[in-house]
Amino acid sequence: MTTKTYWKGLAQLKNDPKFVKNADKEFVDLAVEEDAGHSRRDFLKMMGFSVAAASLAACEAPIRKAIPYVSKPVDADPGIPNYYASTYINGGDYCSIVVKVRDGRPIKVEGNSLSKVTMGGTSAQVEASVLSLYDNFRLRGPRIGEKLSDWETIDKEILAKLNEIAAKGGQIRIVSNTILSPSTKAAIEKFKAKYPTTKVVQYDPVSYYGITKANQESIGAAIIPSYDFSKAKVIVSVGADFLGTWLSPIEFTKQFAVNREITADKKEMSRLYAFESNLSLTGANADYRTAIKPSQEGLVVAQLYKLISGSGSTGIEGITYLEKAAAELKANAGKALVVSGSNDKHVQVVVNAINNLLGSYGTTINTSAPVNFRQGNDEEMSAFVAEATSGKVDGVIFYNCNPVYDHPQGAELGKALKGISLTVSTSTTPDETASASAYIAADHHYLESWNDAEPKLNSFSLSQPTITPIFKTRQAQESFLVWAGEATTDYFTFVQNYWKNRFYGASTGLDLQSFWDKCLYDGVFELPASTQAYSFNGNVDSALSAIASTYKASNSGFELVIYETCGLGTGSQANNPLLQELPDPITKATWDHYVTISLKDAETLGIENDAEGRTQLVNVSANGKTITVAALVQPGQAQGTLGVALGYGRTSVGLVGKDIGQNAYPLLSLGESLGYSITSGVKIEKTDTPFQIAQTQIHQTYMGRANVVQESLLADYLHNPQEWNEKAPKITSWDKKVPPGSLSLWKGHEYKNHHWGMAIDLNTCTGCGSCVVACNVENNVALVGKQEVINRREMHWLRIDRYYSTEAAVDDYQGLEKASDNPEVVFQPMLCQHCNNAPCETVCPVAATTHSTEGLNQMTYNRCIGTRYCANNCPYKVRRFNWFKYHDNQKFLQANPAMNTDLGRMVLNPDVTVRSRGVMEKCSFCAQRIQAGKLNAKKERRPVQDGEVVTACQAACSTGAILFGDMNDPESKISKVLGIETQYKKVIVDGKEETVVDYGIDKKVTNPRAYRVLEEIGVKPNIFYLTKIRNKDKESKNA
Amino acid sequence: MQATSSVRESLITGGKTVRDVSEDISRHVENKPTGSWWIAMGISLILFLFGFYCLATLLWEGIGVWGLNKTVGWAWDITNFVWWVGIGHAGTLISAILLLFRQKWRMSINRAAEAMTIFAVICAATFPLAHMGRLWLGFYWALPLPNTWGSLWANFNSPLLWDVFAISTYFTVSLVFWYIGLIPDFAVIRDRATRMGNKTRAAIYNALSFGWDGAAKTWMRYESVALILAGLSTPLVLSVHTIVSFDFATSVVPGWHTTIFPPYFVAGAIFSGFAMVLTLLIVTRKVFKLEDYITIYHIELMNIVIIITGSIVGIAYITEFFVAWYGMVPAEFYAFYNRATGPYWWAYWSMMTCNVISPQLFWFKKLRTNIAATFVLSIIVNIGMWFERFVIIVTSIHRDYLPSSWSMFYPTMYDLGEYIFTFGLFFTAFFLFAKFFPVINMAEVKSIIKSSSEKKH
Repeated sequence: MTTKTYWKGLAQLKNDPKFVKNADKEFVDLAVEEDAGHSRRDFLKMMGFSVAAASLAACEAPIRKAIPYVSKPVDADPGIPNYYASTYINGGDYCSIVVKVRDGRPIKVEGNSLSKVTMGGTSAQVEASVLSLYDNFRLRGPRIGEKLSDWETIDKEILAKLNEIAAKGGQIRIVSNTILSPSTKAAIEKFKAKYPTTKVVQYDPVSYYGITKANQESIGAAIIPSYDFSKAKVIVSVGADFLGTWLSPIEFTKQFAVNREITADKKEMSRLYAFESNLSLTGANADYRTAIKPSQEGLVVAQLYKLISGSGSTGIEGITYLEKAAAELKANAGKALVVSGSNDKHVQVVVNAINNLLGSYGTTINTSAPVNFRQGNDEEMSAFVAEATSGKVDGVIFYNCNPVYDHPQGAELGKALKGISLTVSTSTTPDETASASAYIAADHHYLESWNDAEPKLNSFSLSQPTITPIFKTRQAQESFLVWAGEATTDYFTFVQNYWKNRFYGASTGLDLQSFWDKCLYDGVFELPASTQAYSFNGNVDSALSAIASTYKASNSGFELVIYETCGLGTGSQANNPLLQELPDPITKATWDHYVTISLKDAETLGIENDAEGRTQLVNVSANGKTITVAALVQPGQAQGTLGVALGYGRTSVGLVGKDIGQNAYPLLSLGESLGYSITSGVKIEKTDTPFQIAQTQIHQTYMGRANVVQESLLADYLHNPQEWNEKAPKITSWDKKVPPGSLSLWKGHEYKNHHWGMAIDLNTCTGCGSCVVACNVENNVALVGKQEVINRREMHWLRIDRYYSTEAAVDDYQGLEKASDNPEVVFQPMLCQHCNNAPCETVCPVAATTHSTEGLNQMTYNRCIGTRYCANNCPYKVRRFNWFKYHDNQKFLQANPAMNTDLGRMVLNPDVTVRSRGVMEKCSFCAQRIQAGKLNAKKERRPVQDGEVVTACQAACSTGAILFGDMNDPESKISKVLGIETQYKKVIVDGKEETVVDYGIDKKVTNPRAYRVLEEIGVKPNIFYLTKIRNKDKESKNA
Repeated sequence: MQATSSVRESLITGGKTVRDVSEDISRHVENKPTGSWWIAMGISLILFLFGFYCLATLLWEGIGVWGLNKTVGWAWDITNFVWWVGIGHAGTLISAILLLFRQKWRMSINRAAEAMTIFAVICAATFPLAHMGRLWLGFYWALPLPNTWGSLWANFNSPLLWDVFAISTYFTVSLVFWYIGLIPDFAVIRDRATRMGNKTRAAIYNALSFGWDGAAKTWMRYESVALILAGLSTPLVLSVHTIVSFDFATSVVPGWHTTIFPPYFVAGAIFSGFAMVLTLLIVTRKVFKLEDYITIYHIELMNIVIIITGSIVGIAYITEFFVAWYGMVPAEFYAFYNRATGPYWWAYWSMMTCNVISPQLFWFKKLRTNIAATFVLSIIVNIGMWFERFVIIVTSIHRDYLPSSWSMFYPTMYDLGEYIFTFGLFFTAFFLFAKFFPVINMAEVKSIIKSSSEKKH
């Protein structure tokens, strides 16, 4: 029988065993069977791979965005820097600057030589300020309390409160440091117009109110006049560190140097007397320095007055050089200047009287161009603090200041702020005052701002932004305009209008745009000088009697002098590691706060301060406040006095400035004007807590070595300009002694094109250290932090060696290690000497350091294997080794944010490699600048002009002590300064004798002051030093 | 013909026969290691591992973990380097120069001394490598390898490059010389193993002995090679430390810049090398009971070498001072003044006491034939020689020309660690050698049993 069979498919028909097995299953279980090729192991493999791939992908280096311009601005070329004139303003400190902007980022600040005030000079603080722009501590935007906010909200809340206060007639105060900017003052006027109960209170952390007050009383105007040290032949400074920190140090340094220069044609120099307690930069540069106590200060000034006026004596005796100074001042009337750092108006009145007797008014003092650097009024500030604490103020706006930290009543003020209904700070960082305020209307950094300044009457300068604001900050002036309800709140337009209305009329022949462009281009603008002069008509007798009652010829007990340092200043830049690591010009200490004490006092107190900076903490009490800082034994410190620096002990500060020292502002004396020296009730108490101060130089004298520093007295120099050479080392040949370097087996290199060299004038170098910071910024020099400085591993390519004189004989090696009680000081900038016979070059096994055809000693970082033999063999010890990786290393985050934070890295100079660990580095004579100069010249098909290539240190040097140039160019400034005479030699060309220029390494230098350090070892440096000349009388050398 | 003085004491005591020699020396290779060997090896390994940790940290973090600074760029690293290289010199002197001079007393000690040389040179070489900031590049950039970087090559002016050649040549020649000497002895161990039926050992030592067959022709070739290598090694004894001394002598650093350095360094090297050989052999002969092979007479002879070289070194020290005074160069005068009276005076006076005064005690026969006294003094000499290098390197550069840069050097744990590392390495290697290799040259000792053994056969 045939049964009809239907089959599902061929498999059923064939009765495939596979089919039979699954025939009864509705869904065939195919999973395993079908995936036969993929086992469990494969799954694990796949999973492993995916996980690994995913994690590898996650490990990929972070993508750094570099976004090209869609349409490139006309004047911005990648890789080519632009320079913009601008103005540095910090508190009342002022400097006209030129900002180097590379690819939209400001990376370097240099002086603006068009300015008649700062004349192209800068200071360490100015040079360092560019890094503050990229400070991680800066506010990212406005803040309400601790919370980041936005401008709309904060404006709404502030306006509401302001209106509330205005409605009830409450008092509003704007507290600020000196305001240099006329436009800012105008903007504040707008604010005041809207809120008439507003009062502006200006104060300065380091007050000059005593001078203003004295001038008001004695010359009839509350001004601070201009001083001109370049016109003075005899200068007496009583505690005024005008080269370091007093009033306008950049300007004064520049002026001072003019009269310190000695050339073949100019054989006169000024003489500087310093009477002071701490060894200051000015004292270190003085020809005669006398250590006095602050309690004597007034009497010293009074005695000077009496000696000059011939009106008896104050009874003070034993002030060395005072009579001599008085006699010389008198003899040089009209070319003399007396300045005092005292903030006591009586002292300043007498100083004015002395200057009046000497005819300084109209010569070295110009009252018709008063300076605006310090307009602070201590009385108003004290009154404000009193008002604030008693609840009489309803609203405070802090602008450009940080009084909670830098005013002696800061603590009270900080507490009082809690009770004030509106407290606003316009700080750029959440500093002490800002964090005590309810609102922070975060300001731009000055490099992001429009602004103007009037440093001196009728001298103006402009600030322009050099970068788009990095954060959501807003210029403080704009905030004032917004709160004033102005229609135009754009501060740029405001400044421009202000200038248009005030100055445009004054200049002729230019259209408005051209006028504005020129001002912006120059950065400065001058109105005709004022003719309003003031003359002295003060009451000397009452000042003298006030002095007689407050000052004492001899005082028992310690006295305290509170001073500003060149690096940290008032402390506003305490979060700037460039300044923290800048060695103090005198103590060479970095990253530390200390009290300076004389050796005798230290011995009495049992303070041991060894060469390595190991010391003990001491408690210093004054005016009822105590601070605990390390003791540093300081030669030159007046016995019985202590010196404590301001600027330390910031509590609300970024990572860099954290926990460094203690705040000395609370120790200041309150009074009519703030007192920076405390003469009674000062206590010092030694503790047993050890402390090590990080100093970059731990040996104080040059051990009587005639080959390091050469110096002469002016009289000796005039008698025989080569007088120093008699003491200089000679080389003994078989029959006679010959100058070092004259014997050589080797002919040396020949530099047919350029022969770069440097001349450093020890006479005009004041030791201020701005070159050190400039070099750091220009060359991306790593900062290493306190511990590494203690380990003697600071990376500075350029350092300033500071040597004290000693009383010991040259063969008394133990005695030579001790500095005199009141030493003479010499500063010697020390950098790679670019030796022609460089000892570093021969010893490198891999030829990583080689000689260029232009006389440079070059370092090839990527060839260096780090044997350090070159550093050992460097007689000048200028080579620096990368002991660790200083970049992208969290261990150096605190000390070196410029290489360890994304924000900080923006400051790095793209033309200079950031060195990796394990390689050697050193001064390159700013090779990148030489290269840029040569390329420019090449593009224009011409030789490099003298002055076209300027090293960073040279540009930073206010006094022109550092001069760089081509020694092959007979017309270059360096050739002229050194008196290089072109030499010729005879060669045989095609059988004929010809005379050609000798481009060898031995330049014939005729300047009698020129010498090379360690000449006798025959390395033949390309850096010449000009001897230091002290304007001292011959016989007084032993006095 | 050997001219053996009749008054000369026997070099091998205890009436050893040829068979005794094989037995006494091979025994240590064949037996299981003793407990004391394990302890010694364990301690060495611990030192090695601790040191390795320090070395790894150095390489990971940077040279900054050491105590060096901007002024003192070399300290313990190069001190240790020179110290170890110096120690190595005794081995070469004993095996090469004394071979040429036919000094038979060297035969009992040359094997261990050469092993010491090789291990010491390895230890020494770790320092120039580790002290480089960028070892990963430096180890081959310092060699004149052909490359594609144009004219970029090693700098033949640099004494450091000379060092590279000197040390590597020295190491190679020493290693070959040592190994050639080992071949017949390996064959002895192989033959004994074959007899004892230990196939593994027989195979290993067969390979090590390159299938030595002991034929007269083989012996002849062996001796020729040994003589040629001795001839090659001889100048190396003088050249290596001369070149090491150039690292300092060719510089401009006061205290380094001295023409006296080459002979002074070579004498110092032999001085310290002999002291180290003594230290090691006094222990080895005790542990392995080899008093009959390394006799008091051997020790006395080595002590005489120590008096001679120690005195040369002492004269060199005094000469340096004389020249510093006579030369009237202030910086150099100060460098020497500073050595004796400056902050490192203790290092200087340790050096003087250990190197100049203490070896003079060996003028007393009682002391130079006293094992305990010799052992103590041999260690003192090596302490002194370490201080010598420290004094030369650190006290010269820590205060050189510009007082502004003067600074001190303070060692860290890692400075110590790297030193310990080389001790660990040295002793680990030495104990492995003592266990697995015949510590005394059996073949050579057998050749003098007839002429210089106590009991004539």
